[in-house]
Amino acid sequence: MEARSAIWLGSALAALAALAFTAPHVIAADKIDTATEAKAFQNFFFQKFPNVKHEDFVNGPYSMNEDMKRQWQEKEEFPPYEFALDAGKEMFATPFKNGKTYADCFPNGGIGIRQNYPYFDEKEGKVVTLELALNRCREANGEAPYSYVKDEMASLTAYMAFTSRGKLMDIKIPDDPRALEAYENGKRYFYTRRGQMNFSCASCHVQSPGERIRAEVLAPALGIMNALPIYRSEWSGMGTTTRRLMTCNSQTRAVPLEPQSDEYRDVEYFLSYVANGLPISGPGARP
Amino acid sequence: MTAFPRKPALVFILAALAAMAAAPARAQSAAAEGQKLAFDRGKGNCLTCHVIKGGDLPGTIGPELKDIKAKYPDRNELVAILFDETRRNPQTMMPPFGRNRILTEQEINAIVDFLQSL
Ligand code: HEC
Ligand code: HEC
Repeated sequence: MEARSAIWLGSALAALAALAFTAPHVIAADKIDTATEAKAFQNFFFQKFPNVKHEDFVNGPYSMNEDMKRQWQEKEEFPPYEFALDAGKEMFATPFKNGKTYADCFPNGGIGIRQNYPYFDEKEGKVVTLELALNRCREANGEAPYSYVKDEMASLTAYMAFTSRGKLMDIKIPDDPRALEAYENGKRYFYTRRGQMNFSCASCHVQSPGERIRAEVLAPALGIMNALPIYRSEWSGMGTTTRRLMTCNSQTRAVPLEPQSDEYRDVEYFLSYVANGLPISGPGARP
Repeated sequence: MTAFPRKPALVFILAALAAMAAAPARAQSAAAEGQKLAFDRGKGNCLTCHVIKGGDLPGTIGPELKDIKAKYPDRNELVAILFDETRRNPQTMMPPFGRNRILTEQEINAIVDFLQSL
């Protein structure tokens, strides 16, 4: 309890106050009203950027900067993620050696379901992301798992996101104390400062969205998962959610975590939950 | 032989000139060293967040660094900001360069010399 309060106090208190998370270390013992928290989180951004249409927050840096947005919209005529979409579609349709397909592993054959990921799996007692579910599907069918950061994994998730475009993020927190703890853990990870630079995720994506960090415009935390996976010119290719989180960690001289570690799963759960009601926009393209 | 009596005088004049030049030259080279450290991406990398005269691709997270001497006449204040700005402002995004040993005391001092020249 002591340590946890210290973390809370040490991390972005102003951001927390702005988000109306009043004394979270006190409430944490009781049941947290996550729906109210998500509403406060959204309102913080709606009020900070009154001119941004609510559904535009899912477009990362483009929601913050008109010039960039115009360039992006022009680029969307020939989207740089198209090759990944085509590859993903084909992979999705190609049977495994045992004759089954990805469609057999997912509700609705995997089409139009991106908005429900990550979900809390009550059997496992943990958060399951789309990337994790895809690799589990492969392993269950006798196939080797893919790398979590790019290439095939990015192609598959790009295709699944594309078939879900416009669907509203719809993450559930089941009535299970472990689900609430996963949400809390993700939130804690998000607001805790770390690394030599002493940044939290919130330093960049809550305190400074729209600001330039060198040449890059910082995306707002609201809807920050909705566009993934993304094509980035700087990567000369596609990257998954895992790749983006690892890059944010290492760019700030913090040690990136293992792909699909509990913290990454939980922070994705937290950020997706507070984006409930905002449309899926992935795959995205970034400079 | 006529050159002999003149030589000590010349040496003296040169020495005096050198002494006069030395102080500002030292300050100038410290400021230049500080600028290098401030702009170096592996060191201060201050341009990530601040507009600074002479630097490319600045970010906008912090205020432009200019007229610093007027705002902070006491260099100790600047050293403190670089050492750990979270002491003044717990919410700041500015990294605690001294506390987290991103920069040494000497490096911080050189950067402060540079800041005072802005
Ligand atoms: C020092 C700054 C910084 C920190 C700290 C940081 N990020 Fe980022 N993040 C960036 C930059 C720069 C980008 C690329 C530009 C953009 O889209 O914001 C980015 C992009 C992202 C994106 C993709 C957004 C998009 O639409 O393309 C996600 C998701 C993200 N960050 C999550 C996180 C999480 C979670 C953490 C904490 C583990 C974190 N970031 C910490 C700077 C940071
Ligand atoms: C990641 C962002 C970031 C980096 C990197 C950064 N700063 Fe700052 N700096 C800020 C912010 C934000 C402020 C505004 C004051 C505050 O937040 O407390 C600031 C304030 C300052 C001030 C006070 C300016 C004033 O007008 O009062 C000085 C001086 C300063 N920074 C110098 C530096 C130097 C020198 C470096 C590099 C060695 C540096 N900063 C790196 C974010 C940064």
